Amino acid sequence: MSAEVEPIALPRRKSRFRAVLRRNPATLAGAALVLFFVLVALAAPLLPLDAPTKTSWAAVRKPPSAAHWLGTDEIGRDLLSRMIWGARASLLAGVVSVGIAVALGVPLGVAAGALRGWTDAAISRLTEALLAAPFLILAIALAAFLGPSLTNAMIAIGLSAMPVFIRLSRAQTLQVMSEDYVESARAIGVGPVALTRRYILPNIFAPILVQATLTIATAIIAEASLSFLGLGQQPPDPSWGSMLNVAKNFLDQAPWMALWPGLAIFLVVLGFNLLGDGLRDALDPKGG
Amino acid sequence: MFEFILRRLLIAVPTVLLISMFVFGMQKLLPGDPVLAMAGEERDPATLDALRLKYHLNDPIWQQYLYWAEGALHGDLGTSLRTQEPVTTLIAQKLPVTIQLALMSLAVALFIGIPAGVLSAYRKGTWVDWLSNVVALSGLSIPNFWLGIMLILLVSVRLGWLPASGYVSPWTDPLTSIKTMLMPAFVLGSALAAALMRHTRSAMLGVLKSDYVRTARAKGLPERTVLVKHALRNALVPVVTVATLIFGELLGGAVLTEQIFTIPGFGKLVVDAVFSRDYAVVQGIVLCTAVAFIAMNLLADVAYRLLNPRMRVA
Repeated sequence: MSAEVEPIALPRRKSRFRAVLRRNPATLAGAALVLFFVLVALAAPLLPLDAPTKTSWAAVRKPPSAAHWLGTDEIGRDLLSRMIWGARASLLAGVVSVGIAVALGVPLGVAAGALRGWTDAAISRLTEALLAAPFLILAIALAAFLGPSLTNAMIAIGLSAMPVFIRLSRAQTLQVMSEDYVESARAIGVGPVALTRRYILPNIFAPILVQATLTIATAIIAEASLSFLGLGQQPPDPSWGSMLNVAKNFLDQAPWMALWPGLAIFLVVLGFNLLGDGLRDALDPKGG
Repeated sequence: MFEFILRRLLIAVPTVLLISMFVFGMQKLLPGDPVLAMAGEERDPATLDALRLKYHLNDPIWQQYLYWAEGALHGDLGTSLRTQEPVTTLIAQKLPVTIQLALMSLAVALFIGIPAGVLSAYRKGTWVDWLSNVVALSGLSIPNFWLGIMLILLVSVRLGWLPASGYVSPWTDPLTSIKTMLMPAFVLGSALAAALMRHTRSAMLGVLKSDYVRTARAKGLPERTVLVKHALRNALVPVVTVATLIFGELLGGAVLTEQIFTIPGFGKLVVDAVFSRDYAVVQGIVLCTAVAFIAMNLLADVAYRLLNPRMRVA
């Protein structure tokens, strides 16, 4: 009998979601920005570009021209190619580190909220301790101890972003657990795993999605910051943050070197922020 | 109130303990034998053994932690490998510089964020609201190190108005000190201004709908008085808490800002320590910022209770 219990269907969620998206051009602009960068990153190997690491001593620090649309860097590499390949590093860092944060944070948060007692106390104290260290300082310290590389930067950012997801999923789980339909399911003997899969996870999905979208924006800035400090993507592989790190030494001679990577970070982060804000408005039942 | 502070202090104890274990555990992530790293070129087994004994590396890990925690409680966070100075001395030397940067940035954030938030809420739905929101969202999306680089390019390199880098103590030359810190403070403060603006706006929107604001208007009070004395004063209660909590972001942001403007503060110390593999300094800084952040959280809670009359009665 318990297997037949279906989750409560949320009526008209899809249509409300679409209506809010349609009403809100900012969200559409955000989605378009994100989609553009994702497509560019995916298409990088297919585009007729120079290799991002190919140097040319005849084209050192050239301003934008027909041959090099965005100019070249201090060792003659094409900036357009490096920007496009750099998009891969940034987006990958954003998605993977948030994936790590969600994969670790949500189970811990749900466990704390569903099991309560000493599990909740232990997980909550751990979260508070992790939240006490400022995000970037924690990520820098972890990246320093793990060693500088893009993978380690993603792990460091993921671990630093994890507490937010523990807190959010714990709070959401507590709320879901107090609902009548969960009480009823428990009363008819639905086990904790089935309860989590059928009732808790579907109901906490929306706020987690909103938070994940907004955290991707933070993670992209964090990756760029770590790469800017030399703790992320290592040369000669391109990343927007490390490109800015080099560019700051040539501000007077080649200002375009600093312009494009920063502009790209700004636009992709703005895209995720607009999309996250829009999703929040669309998925928040109180706001809808 | 005393009981409340005591209770909050007691809750902070396990948090500090956990963060100290975490900070201590970080050094165990390092590959290889730490003694070899400490000894440098020295490979004499007797010296290595002496170092192991000195740093209790032959003891079980929990005992090593206890030695380390005991030292930390007495203000001994170890010695910098690079400068051979105590970590606490190094942090104490650099802290005033970062505090000056943080305070000036907070001033910038409050000066821009709060009026913009009030105006945006008051003129909800108009172009003023729209513009404030666009500026705020852009402020949150701009990487502050890029903003810093662009400002150096424009204000220092092209226009020559302000120095691009360096630091002068306010005790030596207050005017030059402010001039050198103006751009870094703006860079660090702008993202916080954006966050403050959004919080002020949402708090003001709530307060402007309340009964006491309607009553104040019905009494015929001038709009300015209603807005500042009745609405803003109440809306500021949650905003003060947020302003205290963004202290952590200020410290994180200071790392990058100090790097760009070559300011010899806390942030530059941590980056230099990372690159010279001076792990005791990195650990010391993480521990100190975490403890400072916990203290700020406590202050925020106390301030919230003091500012909010309803909480005081409760």
